[in-house]
Amino acid sequence: MRFFRALFAGAIAAAFLASGVASQSDASQQNRTGRAGTFAIVNAKIVPITGPVIENGTVVIRDGKIAAVGANVAVPSGAERIDGRGLSVYPGMIDAATGLGLAEITGGANATMDIAETGSMNANAKAITAVNPHTSHVNVTRVNGVTTVHSAPTGDTIAGQSTVINLNGSTQAEMSVVPEFGLVINFPRVTTFGGFQPGVGPITLDFNEAVRRRDTQIEELKKMMADAEAYAKAKEASAKDSSIRPPATDLRLEAMVPYIRGERPILLAVERERDIRAAVKFLADNKLKGIIVGGQEAWMAADDLKKHNVPVIFTNIYSLPVRPDDPYDFLFEGPAQLQRAGVKFAVATGDGGAEVRDLPYHAGLAGAYGLPKEEALKAVTIYPAEILGIANRLGSVEVGKDANIVVTDGDILDPRTNIKYLFIGGRLLPLTSRHTDLFDSFKDRGASERRQ
Amino acid sequence: MKRRIGMLLGLAALAMLPISAAAQGGDVLIKNATVMTASRGTLENTDILIRGGKISRIGKNLPAGSARVIDATGKYVTPGIIDAHSHTMMSAVNEGTLSVTSMTRIRDVLNPTDVAIYRGLAGGVTAALLLHGSANSIGGQSSTVKLKYGRPVEDFLVAGAPEGIKFAMGENPKRSNFVIPGQQPRYPRTRMGVLEVIRDAFVRARDYKRSWDDFRAGKTRVPPRRDMELEPIVEILEGKRLVHAHGYRSDEQLNLLRLAEEFGFKIGTLQHGLEAFKFAPEIAKHGAGVSIFIDSWSYKLEGYDATPYNAYMLWKAGVNVSINSDSNERMRRLNLDAAKTMKYGGVPEQDALKMITLNPAIQLGIGSRTGSIDQNKDADIVIWSDHPFSPYAHAEITMIDGEVFFDRKADIERRGLLAKEREELEKLDLNKAPGSGGAAPRIPAERIRGDLGHSEDSDHDDQR
Repeated sequence: MRFFRALFAGAIAAAFLASGVASQSDASQQNRTGRAGTFAIVNAKIVPITGPVIENGTVVIRDGKIAAVGANVAVPSGAERIDGRGLSVYPGMIDAATGLGLAEITGGANATMDIAETGSMNANAKAITAVNPHTSHVNVTRVNGVTTVHSAPTGDTIAGQSTVINLNGSTQAEMSVVPEFGLVINFPRVTTFGGFQPGVGPITLDFNEAVRRRDTQIEELKKMMADAEAYAKAKEASAKDSSIRPPATDLRLEAMVPYIRGERPILLAVERERDIRAAVKFLADNKLKGIIVGGQEAWMAADDLKKHNVPVIFTNIYSLPVRPDDPYDFLFEGPAQLQRAGVKFAVATGDGGAEVRDLPYHAGLAGAYGLPKEEALKAVTIYPAEILGIANRLGSVEVGKDANIVVTDGDILDPRTNIKYLFIGGRLLPLTSRHTDLFDSFKDRGASERRQ
Repeated sequence: MKRRIGMLLGLAALAMLPISAAAQGGDVLIKNATVMTASRGTLENTDILIRGGKISRIGKNLPAGSARVIDATGKYVTPGIIDAHSHTMMSAVNEGTLSVTSMTRIRDVLNPTDVAIYRGLAGGVTAALLLHGSANSIGGQSSTVKLKYGRPVEDFLVAGAPEGIKFAMGENPKRSNFVIPGQQPRYPRTRMGVLEVIRDAFVRARDYKRSWDDFRAGKTRVPPRRDMELEPIVEILEGKRLVHAHGYRSDEQLNLLRLAEEFGFKIGTLQHGLEAFKFAPEIAKHGAGVSIFIDSWSYKLEGYDATPYNAYMLWKAGVNVSINSDSNERMRRLNLDAAKTMKYGGVPEQDALKMITLNPAIQLGIGSRTGSIDQNKDADIVIWSDHPFSPYAHAEITMIDGEVFFDRKADIERRGLLAKEREELEKLDLNKAPGSGGAAPRIPAERIRGDLGHSEDSDHDDQR
């Protein structure tokens, strides 16, 4: 830790001079990308997620990958040994629904917000181009064991393309796991909320008007998809036959092609059973690959979801039930209900960035309300990896996978547990953040006052 | 439409009422629990006898006598959680038209049927400080309540609890984030102005008090005209009313402590205090409490210089710290927020528990009657399925003054009946869906998290 501070002291001073102190980023924590090497965590409890727990074993990390895992693994010569006695080794946790890197200060600092583009059809807006590698949220999140996040724009009907990133790197490319993962569609729904009118407040729409607006939005969405299909066909025809003029390039339509062709998933933000069934039908009718995000009542539509193989990223552990007469634990039980119903699911925070570090406690609370502990752990590791299509690289402690590894002094879902070592892509990272810096700066102030 | 809503609300109320007559009143013996007292450590295999709503005896193998026995073998018992910053059960939060609204009272806008109360009980919360919002430098008068859901509003108010009032500094009272184009800005617009508004109010209150003192001493013959704005502020000067001051930046919160010292009173609590760690020794010396979020931050500019080590640093400096929710949602999981203080810095377990029980009780001036498991205190008690700091724990029973206001087992048993009743109600013509003869459904008004875009949502946008 000390090594990193000395190394980057010059850079810190330069950054402060250049930007002034009131920066949206966190100069003192920037570029702490850790160090590569060969590491062996020995005598540790290993929780591989995809296999049985190894009570006393070794994990070897080399060239950014997990090189060996097991009870009887030899430590390679030259490897840096980490004594794992009393510690547990987990895969880094994965938050499958965040806005991390796109939303620094959510209220009263619009200049730091890049999460919602204006306009309703923004397929070509790409999260990976706006994620700030130097946001303080990166370090604050990873030191709590969350190493990979799915970050998505929120916007209007078609909000843009999401990205999957590791929480380490000084450039977007260094962070990127899947640069363009899914197309975010806020599936149109009936709402009588008609926006705010200055000086008047919220406008309530007539119900029939609300239905009409929903139908119009769905028609617009379908037209956009049909246009994109026609655009793709015209381009293909032109490619085959040079006598056919290619269509003028349209970035919005072009961006939609891999999604309407079912090559990449559509992320549908929906909550109510009725809307979820409508969304699944929309996917099936148009032969799209899709994922439900939100999913308060997803378990009620389990039959549809299973039939069409649509997974759910559940983001509502920290939400209040909508209806006064919903059971108090209606949403705490959401993941347990999905698991019982056999729907593929993950537990995610749905947070803009600052509180993504709470991911383990979302899963833990699901565990307090019926989700078996092992499933709660899977819901923030291997399940999100599967849903995000990265299970070949991440989500478990297995040989050949990327070395996103967290070493703890207890159950990783327990709020009392401390993280002791953290690896992302095989790099050993300092356990520092804006928050530990503030702690270090002020923790002895009282003591020094008393000495005077 | 109105009738339909009425029926559904009736249903909801029924759902939440403690139904078992046996659960009400009478003596109770909680048997064989792990008791985390919050004052004298953790007692294994211990019984608690509750008599007349009070904790009558704590010990091993206590005789039940006529008391109803709750077997708590394998369970944990803690004092009820006290949330020292809440806006639950309030049908209004901000009277924001003036910069000083000390004449307004939260007492007048309490809604005892708010389902959020029940959800709080289900998270082990038994009492709360209900505060006016932070739209103005001096806000309205607070209420200290116990969450006696199902009872008339009078039963919620904690008799003898000191009166309180909300103050606010920084972004919210200067309306930084609430500018409406074309609307005349309200004074103040800067931190300079906020402090002067507060100073001005105290200067006026001091003059007003003097005019009454003079009248009472016979120096003047005509009684002064009563001033409902200044009377609560005179009570602050007289030490009869606690100030709960919303603020973020250390400089302005320190200025408030200095102003209070100048006028000869002590601040009750600094609320939020995300930068309180920067001047912990000054707070300790002044003697104010601090009531914080454990780790919320980055939701506004003045909430950016935050660290979850705040609780630890304040504790270390000897400040009375409580962890609050300011949210109907977060209120349900304050036990896990307290647990985090053990990780962030290393607050010992009992002191962590105190931050959601005894410490807020002391801050609210009700520490002699609640906040810990001690003889003769009110029986405000939670029985947990597991250690309350375990992520897998849930509250099983929540009692206030010895009465059960939440019982998970009974709640689950009632759900079948409720589903049946709902089904019957939905069959009524009145409740038919639109398109088959019914009226448009009511869209729930409460904004909740859920969409990917919820990060811009909050159930307390205008308060925290």
